[in-house]
Amino acid sequence: MFSSFMINTWIAGTAIALVAALVGYFVVIRHSAFAAHALPLGAFPGAAAANLLGVNPFVGLLVFVGMGVLLLRQLARIGRRDVGTGLLLVLFLGVGALFLSMTSEYAPEVFSLLFGEMLGVSDADLWPILGICALVSVVMITIFRPLLLDSSFPDLAALQGISAARMDLIFLSLLALVTASALPVVGAFLVFTLLVGPPAAAQSLSVHPLRSLLLAVIFAESCIWSAIALSYWTNWPIGFFVGMLGAGLFTLARSYRHWSQRERPVVQVSGL
Amino acid sequence: MTNQSPILAVADLSVDLGGRSILRDVSFDLYPGQLCALIGENGAGKTTLLRTLLGLITQRAGTVRIGAAPAREHRELVGYVPQKINFDPDLPLRTRDLVRLGLDGQRLGLPFFDGRTRYAVDQALQAVGAEDFADQRVGELSGGQQQRAVIAHALVRKPRLLILDEPLANLDFGSANALVDLLGRLIVQQQMTVLVTAHDMNPLIPVMDRLVYLVDGRAATGTVAEVVQAEVLSKLYGYPVSVLHHGGRILVLPDAPENADVANMNRCAGHGA
Ligand SMILES: Nc1ncnc2c1ncn2[C@@H]1O[C@H](COP(=O)(O)OP(=O)(O)OP(=O)(O)O)[C@@H](O)[C@H]1O
Ligand SMILES: [Mg+2]
Repeated sequence: MFSSFMINTWIAGTAIALVAALVGYFVVIRHSAFAAHALPLGAFPGAAAANLLGVNPFVGLLVFVGMGVLLLRQLARIGRRDVGTGLLLVLFLGVGALFLSMTSEYAPEVFSLLFGEMLGVSDADLWPILGICALVSVVMITIFRPLLLDSSFPDLAALQGISAARMDLIFLSLLALVTASALPVVGAFLVFTLLVGPPAAAQSLSVHPLRSLLLAVIFAESCIWSAIALSYWTNWPIGFFVGMLGAGLFTLARSYRHWSQRERPVVQVSGL
Repeated sequence: MTNQSPILAVADLSVDLGGRSILRDVSFDLYPGQLCALIGENGAGKTTLLRTLLGLITQRAGTVRIGAAPAREHRELVGYVPQKINFDPDLPLRTRDLVRLGLDGQRLGLPFFDGRTRYAVDQALQAVGAEDFADQRVGELSGGQQQRAVIAHALVRKPRLLILDEPLANLDFGSANALVDLLGRLIVQQQMTVLVTAHDMNPLIPVMDRLVYLVDGRAATGTVAEVVQAEVLSKLYGYPVSVLHHGGRILVLPDAPENADVANMNRCAGHGA
């Protein structure tokens, strides 16, 4: 399980879970789960186009996810972000289907980018992944405070000189980068679970901003490590285990929160 | 007072929203240590005026100066308590974390608490009486409690100008009185300037120095005695109104109620209640 070709998977998985938890923390707070679902799907037309042109699928992916970020920004400006996000998602799938229809050969890279591949991390892949993860972590920790205030109450943030438009652009760019780094291991369809499951579970269990952030990281790491191990033993796809574990974690944490709220006595609050 | 320079100077402010003219030629000055009430009925333009002062809305014409500089450059001097406060119930934020973000939310890095931060936050929590729910999730607090949390968030960086939008609207009688007392203490003890909106002026009369009376985007300003006069307000409303003093309370009513329609009756702010 820790043979040399598996080591890369372990390292990449650990790094990906870390940044997925950090960025996912804000995906949950900002109610951006839909955007976090739609953006990674840029991998589909990206990989299909790269396949068609014979370039690295990673490049195709970055191009399409980057365009997705810009489109989402524009859509946010004209309002109804949810509708815009849904339209973007289908646009991605439609364009991807078009590109795939133009080639008759079977495209395994496309499939592995969408659904992940256990042994998909070569030495050449590993360094870009680690680089992106390091960059995302540093930016995330740096802008944590302004982004937290902006995500909680944009008007109050604006008053402190925090631009909502700039925060949104940074957030979506980080989301795009996490997506790109996660693809070789968990795949475009399944990175979503890592982005929302562990952070939502953590935020249900702890009200402390930093403790819930730490808990989100711990949950995400537990998810990916268990998924890699289970996938190794069973030979089932890693995405299946990530999906199951993420959903299970979320369900358990939410149930616990409901249960504990029922048990907690009402706090008496005196007057002003 | 007039030998000081104003902390807030609003001159000929006009604002359009969605192609409609919302505010027309609003002018008033506020000096340090004053409490100014911005009175008007629903839809008069109170929130629009405040958001323009804060630089959240851009005006069509006119100027806003805070502490002698254009408004946007001096936001750290201003604390703001919005009318609509509705935190997500799942937000991983305690009351004290929210207050802390008022102190240094714009700074970079993770929000660890050091001794100085903790002290400043505790002071602000204490000022509004929010110690009891300091460690609770803000999204799980009641509306009035969330409002207190946001007031503490605004107070923690010791603003010179505190702007509150309809802070009394959701409070019970006792809490409203306590808040009015707090505002009175802030202007006396800390020379803070307070601008507060309300649809009923009466609870604020004991503490207010000045009044901006807004009707359909037009304003009359001055002291209560100067503004709340039948002559001034009739001109503002565009139809004759009377000002009645009853038991220390002020009522503004349209004249000849047997002829006036109900709509006119309701248009007068400060009636009944
Ligand atoms: N974004 C907007 N676009 C167009 N019109 C708007 C917008 N926001 C507010 N208005 C209009 O501006 C007018 C003033 O609204 P505002 O919210 O300032 O009133 P208000 O005095 O604060 O009322 P209330 O007492 O109900 O809070 C209203 O007629 C409203 O319809
Ligand atoms: Mg309002």
